Amino acid sequence: MSEQSLNVVGQSVLRRDGLSHVTGKTLYIDDIQFPDMLYLKMVRSPLHHARIQGIDFSEAEKVPGFVRAFTYKDVPKNIYTILCLIGVGPDEEPVLAEKEVLFKGEQIAAIVAQSEEAAIEAAARVKLDLEELPAVFDVEEALKPGAPILKPWGTNYFVYEGHHCRRVRFGNIEEGFAKADFIVEGCYEPKPIEHAPLETTGCVAKPEANGRITVYTNTQALYFSMDNTALILQVPFNKLHFVGGTVGGAFGGKVDVIVEPIASLAAMHTGHPVKYLYTREEEFHVSSTRVAYRIYFKDGVTKDGRIVARQVTSYADSGAYNRHTPYAATKHAANISGPYAIPNVHIDVHCVYTNRVPTSAMRGFGVTSASFATELQMDKIARTVGMDPYEIRLLNAYRNGDMRPYQKVVSDATLVEVIKSAAEMVNHPLGKRFQAMTSWDRPNSPAQPEPVSAEKRS
Amino acid sequence: MAKLIGTGISSVNYPTGMNLGGDPTQALIHMTTTGTFVISLASCDLGQGLKTVLAQIGAESLGVPIENVLIDTGDTDTGPHCMGTFASRTTHRAGNAIIMAAQEARKTMLEIAADELEARPEDLETDGQGFVRVKGSPDRKIHLVNLALAGHFKYGKTVAGRGIFFKPNLGIDPETGKMDPDSTEAHACVVAEVEVDTETGDVKVLKLQSVYEIGRQVNPKLVEGQIRGGSVMGIGHALYECTEPYYPIPEHRPGGFFEYVLPLAPDIPQMENRVLEFPSENGPFGVKGFGEMTANAPIPAIVNAINNALGTDIATHPVTPEVVLWALDAKQSKA
Repeated sequence: MSEQSLNVVGQSVLRRDGLSHVTGKTLYIDDIQFPDMLYLKMVRSPLHHARIQGIDFSEAEKVPGFVRAFTYKDVPKNIYTILCLIGVGPDEEPVLAEKEVLFKGEQIAAIVAQSEEAAIEAAARVKLDLEELPAVFDVEEALKPGAPILKPWGTNYFVYEGHHCRRVRFGNIEEGFAKADFIVEGCYEPKPIEHAPLETTGCVAKPEANGRITVYTNTQALYFSMDNTALILQVPFNKLHFVGGTVGGAFGGKVDVIVEPIASLAAMHTGHPVKYLYTREEEFHVSSTRVAYRIYFKDGVTKDGRIVARQVTSYADSGAYNRHTPYAATKHAANISGPYAIPNVHIDVHCVYTNRVPTSAMRGFGVTSASFATELQMDKIARTVGMDPYEIRLLNAYRNGDMRPYQKVVSDATLVEVIKSAAEMVNHPLGKRFQAMTSWDRPNSPAQPEPVSAEKRS
Repeated sequence: MAKLIGTGISSVNYPTGMNLGGDPTQALIHMTTTGTFVISLASCDLGQGLKTVLAQIGAESLGVPIENVLIDTGDTDTGPHCMGTFASRTTHRAGNAIIMAAQEARKTMLEIAADELEARPEDLETDGQGFVRVKGSPDRKIHLVNLALAGHFKYGKTVAGRGIFFKPNLGIDPETGKMDPDSTEAHACVVAEVEVDTETGDVKVLKLQSVYEIGRQVNPKLVEGQIRGGSVMGIGHALYECTEPYYPIPEHRPGGFFEYVLPLAPDIPQMENRVLEFPSENGPFGVKGFGEMTANAPIPAIVNAINNALGTDIATHPVTPEVVLWALDAKQSKA
């Protein structure tokens, strides 16, 4: 595609929905109102880990406007896991808790009422009889003998095709360490973070006269949420109709499929539209967070600055349930060697359950933590061998034609170019050897593609 | 006690797409009798400008003005399947699907124009201004509205196309981790300059200078917006944001914007951004996905800058004033 032939790709066309957003004309979930709409509020666990002995709705039922309560017994397929759609299993998260709760804030019972105030009041009057159980919060503690076991299969970790962690094996790690002049170790601990969207997670499920349910939702993935909802409700996929596509901030926080199944269930049972929209506090207290990691590095480095071996043991804190974290841990394993050519790599990433709010997808999904750890480790290596932080990255940067540790040949690498460009931008001097480097300087490199330059744009 | 200046860098990759598990997305295009092309999708716009860039890709591949392209998305009754807007995938996936659908629609569009202009379809071209014309004879042309009306009322033809992008599920070898976890890779190098107050532990980011290589830019202003927005989110992650400040202790969760500290206008530093474009092998017009990574790259650059300023070994984020002061204490007791 020659530059002259492009008309509109590459042009800063005015954003189509911008004016609508900034003038308040865009409709979000909380703008949706129907005259006979009901409101759903959740009864949540006040404890991190507990056995449910009983639930008493008698005081809640007396609240004027109370319509109905729902428990796990009302949910056709109560135990699910979101990524079952791409073959991840086993099912392990309840829509509504059954015998046990595994985190503070877990959904136990849904209250539906004629007003939001009545739903809040009724939910507050539900009496829970809970027996507190010992809880575990630290990923390494959770793997030790004697830790409270959270999963029916008897361990606190996700099983990857028979392995207790996601493995990456490349080259020979012991031979790599034998060639090293320095061993550089580090432990990196990125903390959990909230997506903090302006629009909280929510939906309105509306029963139609033809028997279908229309779900207005701010999900990031309409079919994904719809298919999961249909499986949980055990209804044909085409009984559901999902409408959305304009989301008030998401950052990965709106792919968990928490609100749609229970709102749809309530709509089916009551015959009314039902709104389930997180309060700001729910968004912060019970929605999934970014995955926290504890990442141990052991790198073998030669005195001229080459990384010849990398051994990483990383613990992904999944919180109480899978959600998207088993997949994130795999993406983390693929990227924890960084954008560098390292001939000997040995990686174990453990996806660990704790009694904390589940973690899940968030912008950068497994790579944010990998980039954080590898880049702090690069500076540590640079200090150890006494090299410039730009030059050590240029020296180790992967090139086109190199093999990634997951055994894929690199073909779109431009790390050398961005580092050199940044050095030039900030007037950081580079040695001649480093200035001459490119991402296409390996003997087996493919030809360098023609870069797009601003001058070629009309 | 002093205010110390430090600089730090990071260089990162980011994979495009959800590649482990099968990753399809479809697009359907049809032309209405108004001369408008409707692109039907089920992809979600999260505020990043998806509807705009997909209209640009549609207009470019059809050869028509962007005003003649509508993006109709967000309804599972009318939009074909999209996996979802995540994994820096949708411009790449939906964009490729749109190009495929546009090729089919464009073929019929040119056939109708050929009949009307008494020419062969291979002798026709679109001018990007709303006309199909005979190459070398710019006066022999037909406007999209007339073409659409002729197609429907005179020839009984639909101008439509189907497109899909599909990355199959190639599996992962559980022993070695052999896998194909990307479609292409975007890259960035960020340089951060910070000022750290050793008395209060307060960190101020003075400057962020970023270079991104993202294949081809579809919309440079939206790219700039994504870099600026991601940079601010990266500052928040690096310095302020955490749901459990004493993790793994699960208490003290902030419950709203008054308790959860986000970067505000005075925290936004001087920014300089540069974009390099080496078109990718498989993206639409060479696009690489880069939506997520703009929040990744600033975090280690900022923390490296803090360690550079203080001579510390901080290995966590957020680096709150408390983290800074503990690190200074640890450094002193070591000395």
